[in-house]
Amino acid sequence: MSAQAQAVRVRRLDPAAIAGVMSREVANFRTYWRGTTFSSVLEPIVYLLAFGLGLSATLVDEVDGLPYVEFVGTGMVATAVIFSSALPAMFGTFVKHRFQNTYDAILAAPVDVEELVTAEMLWIGIRSGFYGCFPLLVTMAFGLDPTPGMLLVPLFCFITALGFAGFGIAMAATVAKIDQFSYVTTLFVTPLFLVAGTFFPIDGLPEWAQVAAQFNPLHQLVELVRGGAFGFETVDLARLAFLIGFALLMWRIAVNRMERRLID
Amino acid sequence: MAAIELRGVVKRFGPITAVDGLDLEVPPGICLGLLGPNGAGKSTTMRLLTGQAIADAGELRVLGHELPGKAKAARAAMGVVPQLDNLDVDVTVEENLAVFARLYRVADVRGAVDRALDLARLRDRRGDAVDELSGGMRRRLLLARGLVHDPQLLLLDEPTVGLDPQIRTELWSLIDNLRSQGKTILMSTHYIEEAERLADEVAVMADGKIIARGRPAELIVEHAGRQTAEAYGPPERLAEVRGTAEAGGLRVRKAGPAVAIVGAERAVDGAVPEDAIFRAATLEDVFVLLTGEEAE
Repeated sequence: MSAQAQAVRVRRLDPAAIAGVMSREVANFRTYWRGTTFSSVLEPIVYLLAFGLGLSATLVDEVDGLPYVEFVGTGMVATAVIFSSALPAMFGTFVKHRFQNTYDAILAAPVDVEELVTAEMLWIGIRSGFYGCFPLLVTMAFGLDPTPGMLLVPLFCFITALGFAGFGIAMAATVAKIDQFSYVTTLFVTPLFLVAGTFFPIDGLPEWAQVAAQFNPLHQLVELVRGGAFGFETVDLARLAFLIGFALLMWRIAVNRMERRLID
Repeated sequence: MAAIELRGVVKRFGPITAVDGLDLEVPPGICLGLLGPNGAGKSTTMRLLTGQAIADAGELRVLGHELPGKAKAARAAMGVVPQLDNLDVDVTVEENLAVFARLYRVADVRGAVDRALDLARLRDRRGDAVDELSGGMRRRLLLARGLVHDPQLLLLDEPTVGLDPQIRTELWSLIDNLRSQGKTILMSTHYIEEAERLADEVAVMADGKIIARGRPAELIVEHAGRQTAEAYGPPERLAEVRGTAEAGGLRVRKAGPAVAIVGAERAVDGAVPEDAIFRAATLEDVFVLLTGEEAE
């Protein structure tokens, strides 16, 4: 046996395997980061101009005592997170698995499905951690004051994105054809992003919808981001715990679905 | 210790039994050609060996590692070259290799990449994106990627399927070099010529099991005798030739426009028509007789 082969550790969740898979994502990202980053920066600007300025000029000035632009701007962090995590996870996983056979190549190396899924989730989480900050930075340009609590926003985004990455990967392992993602976006992604409390406070909703919104990870993220910008409350710890739980649950579901899909 | 040991391996996909009681032993240092028609179970066998498919029954051992439990350790010590090109096309040649060097936990990534580039003769294209390479270069890169960690065992799944003849010859010489370096190679193929060119031993696979195994020359003598006689003519004539030869106890197969009478050296008077052309028996004769499939 060659010396190199002998030195390979083959324990579970080997950091070297996870880092190897992530290095593949980084290498690919270098070829397309401009486009992704451009839309991540431009999108919140467009939303803020349309909703923030448009609505605040005519209909609403303040929400919950906040200028509407700052209310929407902080809420937009959650929008940026779900669109930079769930969607890339769904489409990226599907394309790599079914069209490019990338996972076949990776799983022929000493990497298992659990490491593969973990690496993909971590990478998407890190990316969303960055992209989630853009709406906040844009809102600062519209007048939001920076606060120390905002330094935690990348972490909140990272944890939430882990969960949605796991969700997207699990969906990619479940659908038979790529068109079926439109069911997933219509049934899950759009409602989650609309009733997260981004554009209007959820306490205006009927009571059942308010209760349901508590189970929406994006709503919890929105509240945490506003906590970071305007002051935390004790309940925010529970919100953080909820998001960690969501990420862990989605991680296990994604690993399980992908094992079924990738191993005959 | 055999590099690969399979005993009584069964793999089913719903109602289909892809691998059906497969016994296969690959001793170290040889190139074994797994020759069989499409659908014989060759690719499933390859996936079983990497732990990407889990057998329903049987024992599998690769380089001493029991599968599927120790599949990851087995994969660390072997290289795999897939049938389908799954390179990252937007990324450079060098980065494709570096990613796999990391996945294989190679300590000196740079050194491993340089070695692999030399092997694939792609050193001057290292900075180019894969989609700028020609088909032959991509295939060489795929081979080099499977060798980036200098494994002792190499699985080649239909290494030249769908390639034009010139690229195929080029790849054959690369594989032949690996064999001379003492690597153990298990190569699945449905090309007879490929098996003849590269394999020390051939195992003929059909319907999920090995139906014959040996050195090509031995297989030919054992299953097809020494000489094959080919007769040409219109269909009625060919049918008549077939009837006569079969009545004389000989085996006959279709061979393009002709019929081939196998083991013609044993023919009694009249069993082979006088105008038939005699030639040495080939592995193709064996393959077609054993599998009932026209060879490619």
